[in-house]
Amino acid sequence: MNPVGFPIVTAVTFFPLAGAIVLLFIPRVQEGFLKRAALAISLVEFAISLPLFIFFDEGLAGMQFVERIPWIPEWGVNYVAGVDGISLLLILLTTFLTVLCILSSWRAVERMVKEYMIAFLILETGMIGVLVALDLILFYVFWEVTLIPMYLIIGVWGGPRRIYAAVKFFLYTMAGSVLMLVAILALYFLHGKATGEYTFDLLKLYQAALPIKTQYLMFAAFAVAFAIKVPMFPFHTWLPDAHVEAPTAGSVILAGILLKLGTYGFIRFAVPLFPVAAFKAIPIISVLALIGIIYGALVSMMQADLKKLVAFSSVSHLGFVMLGMFAFNVQGVQGSVYQMLNHGVSTGALFLIVGMIYERRHTRMIADFGGLSKVMPVFATFFMIVALSSIALPGTNGFVGEFLILLGTFKANPVYGVLGATGVILAAVYMLWMFQRVMFGAITHKENRQLKDLNLREIVTLLPIVVMIIWMGVFPKFFFKKMELSVQHFLYDIKARYEAVMPAPTAEQEQPLGTEEEGAGHTPVNAKE
Amino acid sequence: MEIFQIQFSTADLLVIAPELVLSGFALLILLMSAFVRPGRSSEQKGFFGYTALVGVVAAFISLLYWGVGVETSAFSGMVRIDPFSLFFKALIMVIALLTILASLDYAKREGIGFGEYYVLVLFATVGMMLMASGVNLLIIFLGLEVMSISIYVLAGIMRDDPRSVEAAFKYFLLGAFASAFLLYGIALTYASTGTLDLGGIGLVLTEQAWISGLPILITGLALLIVGFGFKIALVPFHMWTPDVYEGAPTSITAFMATGVKAAGFAAFVRVFFYALPALQPYWTEIMWVLAVATMTVGNLIALSQTNIKRMLAYSSIAHAGYILVAFVAGNDLGRSSILFYLLAYAFMNIGAFTVVILLGKKGEENTLISDYAGLGFHHPLLAVAMTIFMFSLAGVPPTAGFMAKFYVFSAAVKANYYWLAVIGVLNSAVAAYYYLRVLIYMYFREPERELAIGGFSPAAVLAVIISVWGVLYIGLLPSAFLALAQRSIQFLL
Repeated sequence: MNPVGFPIVTAVTFFPLAGAIVLLFIPRVQEGFLKRAALAISLVEFAISLPLFIFFDEGLAGMQFVERIPWIPEWGVNYVAGVDGISLLLILLTTFLTVLCILSSWRAVERMVKEYMIAFLILETGMIGVLVALDLILFYVFWEVTLIPMYLIIGVWGGPRRIYAAVKFFLYTMAGSVLMLVAILALYFLHGKATGEYTFDLLKLYQAALPIKTQYLMFAAFAVAFAIKVPMFPFHTWLPDAHVEAPTAGSVILAGILLKLGTYGFIRFAVPLFPVAAFKAIPIISVLALIGIIYGALVSMMQADLKKLVAFSSVSHLGFVMLGMFAFNVQGVQGSVYQMLNHGVSTGALFLIVGMIYERRHTRMIADFGGLSKVMPVFATFFMIVALSSIALPGTNGFVGEFLILLGTFKANPVYGVLGATGVILAAVYMLWMFQRVMFGAITHKENRQLKDLNLREIVTLLPIVVMIIWMGVFPKFFFKKMELSVQHFLYDIKARYEAVMPAPTAEQEQPLGTEEEGAGHTPVNAKE
Repeated sequence: MEIFQIQFSTADLLVIAPELVLSGFALLILLMSAFVRPGRSSEQKGFFGYTALVGVVAAFISLLYWGVGVETSAFSGMVRIDPFSLFFKALIMVIALLTILASLDYAKREGIGFGEYYVLVLFATVGMMLMASGVNLLIIFLGLEVMSISIYVLAGIMRDDPRSVEAAFKYFLLGAFASAFLLYGIALTYASTGTLDLGGIGLVLTEQAWISGLPILITGLALLIVGFGFKIALVPFHMWTPDVYEGAPTSITAFMATGVKAAGFAAFVRVFFYALPALQPYWTEIMWVLAVATMTVGNLIALSQTNIKRMLAYSSIAHAGYILVAFVAGNDLGRSSILFYLLAYAFMNIGAFTVVILLGKKGEENTLISDYAGLGFHHPLLAVAMTIFMFSLAGVPPTAGFMAKFYVFSAAVKANYYWLAVIGVLNSAVAAYYYLRVLIYMYFREPERELAIGGFSPAAVLAVIISVWGVLYIGLLPSAFLALAQRSIQFLL
């Protein structure tokens, strides 16, 4: 059935859930054991997700490790799960970050440890489920399932305004996704009436020939649902609240994975299902992405609260992801996917770092710090590397992603490229200025004199991230080669279907790309079962 | 008047075997309670309750005599056994079973555990089942009255509690009006078509291109909508719902919200899709408006409720609105989704009400949502059950509520009622807010005071467990139930 010989995608998806069920039976008083068990589960999960990467055949563009089981045959709903080069890397990011999140919660979570760990593991299943689902209903179910544990994580273990933040998070996402549900249903019936085959199978629905007006409406419904999750300006207002109130690990997962589900949603669902509408939406999405980049960076600059600063920087970074994706050329999309990973790693690390000093000082105000590099040299080193990666310094992962995104955007539309590039400068401004105020200068608060440097657990938490930052920065090919064909196939597919309807009106934009790059890259879809 | 010439044979009795068994047990309990002095030990043991339980199970077994796919009628074609009525009979008995399980200790606690309580529950069940199997307007009306009168009394059975008395009085007065409307509607329908038989009405309407009494028939149709609309609490016929749901004993509230609604919809669907499909152009638009009004008003008012029983009352109004969306769609998908929705709704709603029952004690019902503060810490399992019911009511996967809503809205989309579907899903997003509020109190807030819970009732816990199972099973593997719901509407084709 697949190179690994057993249903590995299902195993990776549901192992954390099984682990959560095991945790149910551990008495709540044994907190230490609960934490260790949760860590062990997440480590095993990471380990079983590695074969996905190793056995993933980079010579194939289509879905691999595909599993297909009838689920609700009455509706044509199947359990279809598989990975391609794009979801593969995001799955690994998920399993990787979850381990670090559980490690980082060791001290930070004091009450209801059992429920916390269970919520986290269920969340992991939900997120991976979204990434592997190739059936729209299966996808929708997982998509909604991720809401419940995240809602609880923010609401139970969050800060003072946690209830407001949790409810806002839930309602925003729910309101967006219910409209998507109507669009999914409409797509199902239109495709069914046209072909006689009623199915929610994504790969079959890709071929649906839809009237252009219908496409616009459906794309809008999908795009709003995903734009809220990303979050794109002007749907971003839930994000700072959720980030600030969430516990550290919650913020890491929120920034690292949950936001990526929005951008992933565009690349897997909204764009390839409705390519004509997607091409037509390039100006809207790009402009909103640019507003997000610049606005996010400017607001970030003015924040007094470290966590809010990082939260708004996410709006800016995710703007890059969207900008690159909607360049619709190889560089842009590859950079976009890469930036998803980068943002997960770097911003996740930034939230971890903010959490570490919060645990020590119980404040996140920039003004309460200053000169920390003198008392916490190890911490300062880690912080510096992560901050530079977030700024996209060459040699770090952030550079590769943002460079490709800007390259792709310049090719597609130089104006967007120029405006986007200002985001990189602004990122350096807010990040370095923040770093300077927190880490350098004289120690102005005497509470800061006794701060302990990182302990072993914290170093173990941050070290893998720093390794990833540099690895992804200096040797990106290792990751690119896994996604290259999938990205090319994605572009070839949407362009072919766009041009089948519209006689290549964007030709003048496409010219600098050259044809051999686009054409040669295409390999026919070859779902490997 | 050939409609009143009723042929009678013993074979006919088999068709209404479950009703007969239930009536027999009801009379038995009535007889038993005559021999038990008030306050005696057998009453304390909840003997009547267990007898009623046995009665429901026996009736269920008698239903199994009729295999799936059987179609036969009895009493000169007035009562019918077909997949549709079998489905509803089974559903109503499951509801009755869960209600009695939830009642066993609750009724004892509140001092209403006398024989009459269970007798009335059983008779109400009989009435509901007659509504589901009647194919004659008179039988449907009789069933409705048997059900309604039993419920009027049950609503006011806590006679020392002024709210309960108020509930019964309100429900009775308004219910009597609604019955009159329904009866008048039946009369006008009879006047214009000359028959009370649903099949006969359908035949008259399809065979005659032009009906002389069309205005009369349309008036009758409107009156029928009012009558049924009252029973299933559609806006604007919903005014009684919150007060009655709040005042009635909680177990009876659960019974009303699920059983009465199921039976009401059964008769509603049967009458409108079996007898009056020819008038579909006339009623579709009315239903569209009613569906939107019912969903929206129900959800918006529920947002501001502080009492969980009132909140669930408004939520049940909203749910009737969702079901009406399927009614408007009017296709196969729509009809079977009504059945599926009622099934899913029964589990999640009875489950939620049973948790409410479990969290109260004598003299202290704890029905304010704020009473649930900190429940997640003190009673984690009960809180998890409530969480599942709330998410299901809100329509979040992987629960029965999601599958049911999905089915309903897919029917609307298939019939090209896009706007109705959009209004419906937006409504369910609004509704998420007030269901989440229960969770906020349970998990996010520290308890203001220790929640005083009376002794745990094993029977009610069993009802919760069955409901949780139902909600999750239908939510994860709905296939079998979908097939069942689809088979059950086939006679209507």
